[in-house]
Amino acid sequence: MLPDKRGYFGEFGGRFVPEVLVPALKELEEAYLSVARADSFQKELKSYLKDYAGRPTPLYLAENLSRSLGNTRIYLKREDLLHTGAHKLNNTLGQVLLAKKMGKNRIIAETGAGQHGVATATACALLGMECIVYMGKEDIKRQSLNVLRMETLGAEVRCVEGGSQTLKDAVNEALRDWVTNVRTTFYVLGSVVGPHPYPMMVRDFQSVIGKEAREQILQKEKRLPDCLIACVGGGSNSIGLFYPFYKDKVEFIGVEAGGSGLNTGRHAASLTKGKKGVLHGALSYLLQDKDGQIKPTYSIAPGLDYPGVGPELAYYKKTGRAKFATVTDKEALSGFFLLSRTEGIIPALESAHAIAYAKKISSKLQDKLVILNLSGRGDKDMHIIEEFSRGENEQNR
Amino acid sequence: MNRIDEKFARLRKEGGKAFIPFITCGDPDPSMSEKIVLTLERAGADIVELGVPFSDPIADGPTIQASSQRALNSKVNLRRVLQVVRRIRRRSEIPLALLTYFNPVYQMGIRQFVREAKKAGVDGVIIPDLPLEEAGSLKNFMDEEGLDLILLVAPTSVDERIKMVGQLSGGFIYVVSVTGTTGAREKVPYPVRKLILRIKKYTNKPICLGFGISTPEQVKVIRTWVDGIIVGSALIKVIEKNLKNKHLLEEVEEFAVKMKASLI
Repeated sequence: MLPDKRGYFGEFGGRFVPEVLVPALKELEEAYLSVARADSFQKELKSYLKDYAGRPTPLYLAENLSRSLGNTRIYLKREDLLHTGAHKLNNTLGQVLLAKKMGKNRIIAETGAGQHGVATATACALLGMECIVYMGKEDIKRQSLNVLRMETLGAEVRCVEGGSQTLKDAVNEALRDWVTNVRTTFYVLGSVVGPHPYPMMVRDFQSVIGKEAREQILQKEKRLPDCLIACVGGGSNSIGLFYPFYKDKVEFIGVEAGGSGLNTGRHAASLTKGKKGVLHGALSYLLQDKDGQIKPTYSIAPGLDYPGVGPELAYYKKTGRAKFATVTDKEALSGFFLLSRTEGIIPALESAHAIAYAKKISSKLQDKLVILNLSGRGDKDMHIIEEFSRGENEQNR
Repeated sequence: MNRIDEKFARLRKEGGKAFIPFITCGDPDPSMSEKIVLTLERAGADIVELGVPFSDPIADGPTIQASSQRALNSKVNLRRVLQVVRRIRRRSEIPLALLTYFNPVYQMGIRQFVREAKKAGVDGVIIPDLPLEEAGSLKNFMDEEGLDLILLVAPTSVDERIKMVGQLSGGFIYVVSVTGTTGAREKVPYPVRKLILRIKKYTNKPICLGFGISTPEQVKVIRTWVDGIIVGSALIKVIEKNLKNKHLLEEVEEFAVKMKASLI
């Protein structure tokens, strides 16, 4: 069973944090193992996931999409139908409930696109917790609607002006807050990154995706799928889908953000182009320069715009258990429109990367049974589409 | 015995306390950092901490973040910091400790880092995001070369950890005065006194206090509790305020003399 006691998945993971946080992480680990894995907690969480968040989410056979790619059967795991519009709530309900049991009533979180921030603010509103969300200044500009949603839900959004003013800097600032208020505060991390036990805990909370999908596909098709496809930023939706299939003979494909292209330096493909290093408490693959300074990243999908990746996915890469690929912004956009027009489902730009990749390798998917994680819905991205189309038009003029 | 150990041995004999200023190496540029270190020595610094700039300094408050960014803007990296150390060593035997986040060390390769740091004339290394559980192989290499890996104790550290840090830390114990990031603060965090007494139960190694120490008034309260004080952000503010002032070194000297005097 991974991770090991020190929080390692093979050579990846660990707990690279300031001394002041070490006791808090140990406390969290103990609480997680004793409280959150107990039946009563699981029962309570399950009830919230079902009646409040809308689980189980459907596993939908996308026949039109499948037909457009030839002779393949693609099922979509509809996390876009989860309350708040993305898979993020699976994790925040779990963590905020755990915080409540631990008696920590002040919740902090980081957010990039705002989806994890909204999901945290939602769980905090539900469970009566104080909620502070750190968000980069650049992201606040790009995702103003999500800022408004968080504030509507009663959260305080704090603008981060340091560094590149995006997700990685929001994590830095959330960690600084936690270092300062560690005794009273629970840090709700949004992905399978960070120091142990976060990668394990977030994976477990997100594994509900794969557990359901596995049961659903066995029921519908009487067999396991040939392959699973999911987009990878930090990695929470992909590991959530993959993990329950770990021991099965099922291929895993993670799709990273190729941005403007892998050779432009403007991308967020940490597994494909990164080197091993330590950021935000874990050893994993990172986009960095030769001096170990973290590089700025870029993707049209704000939720993939992060220079690191979860240590468990790094382990999957190293051991060959999963394959990782990239698609560019342009390809992702074609996936975005493909799903919208064939199925009447507007996907999040993050999830559109997975669709675009299925399209790209459609010749290899012939006669295959595929589950693709539709991790979120695309309403939040409409203004990015608008801007991108405007840019294209101007270029064409 | 390296320069840090010798320094504390001498201070203990004389009943003195260590004044340990911190600067980011390369803020505003490497040659100025060299001059600042020599100036600090002249002003009475006992040990100097040289910060290696990092893009994501999670343990630092706004002052050192900005300083780190200025150094990165001057294209300073770990190798250039080691060059500065070599240049200082031509003119000074002041004990030097590097303060660096782990990733730059990891990228250089920990074995190579230890060798090159030793060769350049570094005496100790402080890594704020490397708790003792993760320090294993780096610590072994450093022990082989006679370099000190200086470990930290925080207000949240439990006795069991304090005991381990007390056993394993090289040079001195770096006590973080508050739960929080680096940055000048006005008050003395009184609970730190209890923390220091807890540490003294487990070790005879020198105990130095850092984070938030910025004024002679604070130092006068703290000085009897500890073997040394570490002053970072307050000094960086002096540098920041005088970046374009040709009397930068005089301003640094004046501040350092004042802080040193408050220890006596």
